[in-house]
Amino acid sequence: MRTMTAKAAQSAKAQAGSGTSGSPATGPAGRRGGKKASMGVQNVAGWLFSTPFLVLFLVFMAFPIIATLVMSFTDFGLRNVTHPLDANFIGFENYIKLFSDEKFLKSLFNTAYFVVIGVPLTIGLGLVVAVLLNNGIDRARTFFRVGFYAPVVTTIVAVAVVWRFVLDPSDGLVAGLLSEVGLTSPDFLGSETLAMPSMIAMAVWRNLGTVMVLFIAGLQAIPTEVREAARLDGAGVWQEFKGITVPLLRPTLLYATVITTIGYLNVFEEPFVMTQGGPSDSTLTVSLNMYREGFNFFHMGYASAMAYVLFVVIMGITVLQLRLLKDNTK
Amino acid sequence: MSATSAPGAVSTAPSKKPADTPPSGTKKARNPKRVLVYVLLSVGLLIMSAPFLWMALSAFKTQQELTASPPVWIPTEWTLDNFRELLDKLDLPLYFMNSVIVAVLVTVSNLVFCSMLGYALAKLNFAGRNKIFGLVLGALMVPGNLMLLPLFVLMSKLQLIDSYAGLVLPFAAGAFGVFLMRQFMQSIPDELLEAARMDGAGEWYIFWRIVMPLVKPALATLSIFTFLGSWNNFVWPLIATNDPDKYTLPVALATFATDPNKAGGSNGMLMAGSLLVVLPVVVLFIALQRHFTQGIATAGMK
Repeated sequence: MRTMTAKAAQSAKAQAGSGTSGSPATGPAGRRGGKKASMGVQNVAGWLFSTPFLVLFLVFMAFPIIATLVMSFTDFGLRNVTHPLDANFIGFENYIKLFSDEKFLKSLFNTAYFVVIGVPLTIGLGLVVAVLLNNGIDRARTFFRVGFYAPVVTTIVAVAVVWRFVLDPSDGLVAGLLSEVGLTSPDFLGSETLAMPSMIAMAVWRNLGTVMVLFIAGLQAIPTEVREAARLDGAGVWQEFKGITVPLLRPTLLYATVITTIGYLNVFEEPFVMTQGGPSDSTLTVSLNMYREGFNFFHMGYASAMAYVLFVVIMGITVLQLRLLKDNTK
Repeated sequence: MSATSAPGAVSTAPSKKPADTPPSGTKKARNPKRVLVYVLLSVGLLIMSAPFLWMALSAFKTQQELTASPPVWIPTEWTLDNFRELLDKLDLPLYFMNSVIVAVLVTVSNLVFCSMLGYALAKLNFAGRNKIFGLVLGALMVPGNLMLLPLFVLMSKLQLIDSYAGLVLPFAAGAFGVFLMRQFMQSIPDELLEAARMDGAGEWYIFWRIVMPLVKPALATLSIFTFLGSWNNFVWPLIATNDPDKYTLPVALATFATDPNKAGGSNGMLMAGSLLVVLPVVVLFIALQRHFTQGIATAGMK
């Protein structure tokens, strides 16, 4: 294998030297020429190499995406799990029902709350940490980066269990700290007003690392000369941040915002483990609501309609973000 | 001025080592701004690691110290009772094996299938290539929750509920992997492959013997992310398993933690369980941290 590679590399060099881009062995039908002889061979190879992915994609992705849409127009229920074709078409009934379903509207609101507060906090703090790591220090940089990133790799279920205990009003970490200074802890997860903010805090804690790493990569791509020129012109720290860092980080900001938003719109594990959607549905998210309707009550047609509404919302918001953040670069 | 120009030198990544070490030794780095940065970062890090520390310490506390008020921060007598009791109630080795088997199968199939398509998209000129790439990009945007309901029906019909196949197949070839491998494989010079073709090598030989060895770093990144994604995956295993013997670790832990009859008040047991679930990934992460940050950055930049 090694000799093969070496030989190949050698002849590649020789070929590059001679200045021909098409390969003599395949005759005039060089690859880049795109002529018939080698095109045929590559068509077969191309499709053969694509087949495993395409089969899995069609069966486990394309089919379910379409099937969810079809199911959302039916009364698909438990008995249809064994007899899917017996489900009845009921038109838009599921969708009409959704928008008069208080529970669904509440879950929609809760998800929006989670995203609208959670995303800016995650992006903002991630950016701050990235800037601090990139500009202020030369020592222990890896140590800090690893520390801030560690929560990202952990199992959400496990950290949700841990956070539930951290926020426990009698024996938790926060309660302990507050009692050291003579205060009593509120019942974070048992309070309708505090449960969602607590969950947002946990999400920010867990996802900040992803955003930080993205921004560090973005910051390192900014040419040193640009910064130095700004400093020579007498720009202060804040001016440099506002005038150079933020504008040049725009693509990173866009990407980080989009992936964080998509992730947060799908929030499921945190309320599942920490609150089961309570108290009084104050942390019931769309995904959790869908899971319950679909897999606890087996209202699968109705749950499919929820899944599609969420999907359309996600698509809409992503397109909107791409547009908003792109236009600003002009 | 020396203090402010140093970070600039650091941020030019290639010359990192030589530029980094000598100046930091010679310059008068103790300026207040720098100290402030260290203080802020340290406080931040303390907050970030507090839940982990709390989990680790609590796992070794006695029931008495777990509920003591004022709180006991560091256990005075370290005990393994929580672990013993947990292992009594929860067959963790079984769930651990389930998680490992599923994660290994998912990772291996992603490495093979994503690389194959990545190679075709990057280096083979065939009709329909752009359409397939469009599919891959589209698939990146689709949230996994959209597919759960029909997938469950499909798996029930195929009688794959409570089977490894049912847990693995929906994740056997991810769009992210294809995208990552394609990006890496594009940087392999065409001349190298042309030369191999000239020597009479078939496409499979070229792919397996020439291209794959050249993209080892990408394969490492992909395996880490895929393994981790599978290890931490929750929703699908929750839906696709009814038999407790087929639970993966997160499903077992969540079921245990949300069932008041089982774990109820025993936070010690739950912290011991969380520690056992989190520890392997954190150790793996620290050992391989370079790949993580590079992988994210690469995927994000393209």
